[in-house]
Amino acid sequence: MSIFIDENTKVVYQGLTGSQGRYYGMLNRDYGTQVVAGTNPKKAGADVEGVPVFATVADAVEATGANASCVFIPAAGVRGAVLEAAEGGVELIVVITEGVPMHDEAYFYNKLKADYPGVRLLGPNCPGLISPGKANIGITAGHIAKAGGPVGIVSRSGTLTYQALYELKQKDIGCTTCVGIGGDPVPGTSFIDCLAAFEDDPETEAVMMIGEIGGSAEEEAAEFIAANVTKPVVAYIAGLCAPPGKKMGHAGAIVSGGKGTAQAKVDALAAAGVHIGQSPSEAGEIMAEVVAAL
Amino acid sequence: MDLFEYQGKQFFGSYGMPVSPGEAVTTVDGAAAAAERLGTPVMVKAQVHTGGRGKAGGVKFAADIDAVRVHAANILGLDIRGHIVENLWIEKASDIAEEYYASFTLDRSAKKHLGMLSAQGGVEIETVAEENPDAIAKIWVNPVEGLTEGQCRQWVLAANLNPDVTDQTVELLLKLYEAYTEGDADLVEINPLIVTPEGRVHVLDAKVTLDGNAGFRHDLAPFDATQPRDEREAAAHAKGLQYVGLEGSVGVIANGAGLAMSTVDVVNQVGGRPANFLDIGGGANADVMAEALGVINNDPDVQSIFINIFGGITRGEEVANGIIEAVNRVDIASPIVIRLDGTNAVIGWSLLEPYLSERLVILPTMLEAAREAVVLAGGTAS
Repeated sequence: MSIFIDENTKVVYQGLTGSQGRYYGMLNRDYGTQVVAGTNPKKAGADVEGVPVFATVADAVEATGANASCVFIPAAGVRGAVLEAAEGGVELIVVITEGVPMHDEAYFYNKLKADYPGVRLLGPNCPGLISPGKANIGITAGHIAKAGGPVGIVSRSGTLTYQALYELKQKDIGCTTCVGIGGDPVPGTSFIDCLAAFEDDPETEAVMMIGEIGGSAEEEAAEFIAANVTKPVVAYIAGLCAPPGKKMGHAGAIVSGGKGTAQAKVDALAAAGVHIGQSPSEAGEIMAEVVAAL
Repeated sequence: MDLFEYQGKQFFGSYGMPVSPGEAVTTVDGAAAAAERLGTPVMVKAQVHTGGRGKAGGVKFAADIDAVRVHAANILGLDIRGHIVENLWIEKASDIAEEYYASFTLDRSAKKHLGMLSAQGGVEIETVAEENPDAIAKIWVNPVEGLTEGQCRQWVLAANLNPDVTDQTVELLLKLYEAYTEGDADLVEINPLIVTPEGRVHVLDAKVTLDGNAGFRHDLAPFDATQPRDEREAAAHAKGLQYVGLEGSVGVIANGAGLAMSTVDVVNQVGGRPANFLDIGGGANADVMAEALGVINNDPDVQSIFINIFGGITRGEEVANGIIEAVNRVDIASPIVIRLDGTNAVIGWSLLEPYLSERLVILPTMLEAAREAVVLAGGTAS
């Protein structure tokens, strides 16, 4: 099984008519994802390579039965796009866009929690998620992932996620679902959400977790793992040598006031029984051993 | 982006908060002229993006113009925790009866805004939090609901401030919350927030960090221009590259923030010292690769360059062509080690094959490539 998405997920792309939306929307369709609609208030009635474009998400949902949305709208429009998607009736909103202001993220995260508690938000500033062989929503290269199981992946970093998928594939290890939660300060879906879903998924037998400096999400995940996760977890944390006070690319990746260091995260996860890789490839090797011992 | 104190005060002032009149200057004569206009006594305050100014001698009281000249001359050029003082803020001096602390920032765990208020201001809040955590009154504000006057009043009462200034403090904190949200700040902090002997609540210091992502609805250019960047960071920033300067000799180029961080880590793990963090993003085309190599090439400390690319949607042959074109365009001073993996990596390697030499090396794994880069930089790899 997979978590959050499967072969029946029908996706509407907000921003399908833009260059990024079109490029990745079509790649996702080529992968086999049910790309059923796009939205653009000015181009309702048009189509993008056969995919119908609607004025709003609500129209797209009504006409096509879309139950997920993927957002490629520029940062200034993301707040409106997320609220429109939730109002429109989808169950999953995946925001690829980077550079969304923190106050917008904090607003729509809490707005969804209060008014649309059944809606899952992933991102912003994330690569999306892929259930190999079933559906790929976002910017992950589908062919670097092997379908099946037994590993589930959850990651704050884009490129390191791809690398993890690729290394597992080269070791002939499949992936149930790979979720990129993104590197922003207010991620819609957390490590804990994914760990809980993987714990409940019978086909996922081990979890690969990729974290980075900043915030305390990895420490919170460690507590959750100690209390609730019975499946083996392998982790890699990027940023051991990051200097304090400097943002390392991602808006959320900053060590400030001595908090959010990679070492503190590694220590917390190790104390929770998580296997730690010192490099991405070492994490892959450890996972291969874990899978062999299952 | 971090604001100087004076920029923070102007920012607060624009939301109607009480700040002292003052002027930003860069010379001793300018400081004296500002003090003449403001009327002595004044404070002469170093404007730097770091704490501990007072202890370092960067904040002085000046009773008259002669004292302004003496202090301004001493403070300009002063090194405060590695920051050289180039800007001064000359501010009308205030009498202080009480010192409080107030701030708003995002609580990333709670995913709500966190307000902190304390009657023990004027010292570092981390110290108060450690020694006397009960002295900090906290409030969590749901961003959808905002901060109501009633909530704010409860919060002020919980902080046990002087009861005579409750109304003024409530009013000021509502404005501070407005500045934080409407102004797209990651952090607003007033320390100290003072009460004057006449009973007026007043902003005496300002620490503001604005969200660089909100540039589409605010003019951030004046603040961007005063960000502390070394020469390398300024050059990279001008080209739109995600660059952080470090102290070592191995130049690092990678695609993706996570991979770039990981590359810096691995260079350290094998005994080397990275010169920088540089994320060129997902694409890795010739233009961005050439810009990145140009920035690293201008760093005199760089002895070798480690290019670490993982091809996802961007294919190995595109990455290889980008590197070849960039290397042809920029006259590179240091040897280059490439690790290229992922989609069509093998095709990428074959394209690079004719260009390989002692100064352009490909290795299959991150670890091996990091070791080679460290050796080429004159170090010993472990």
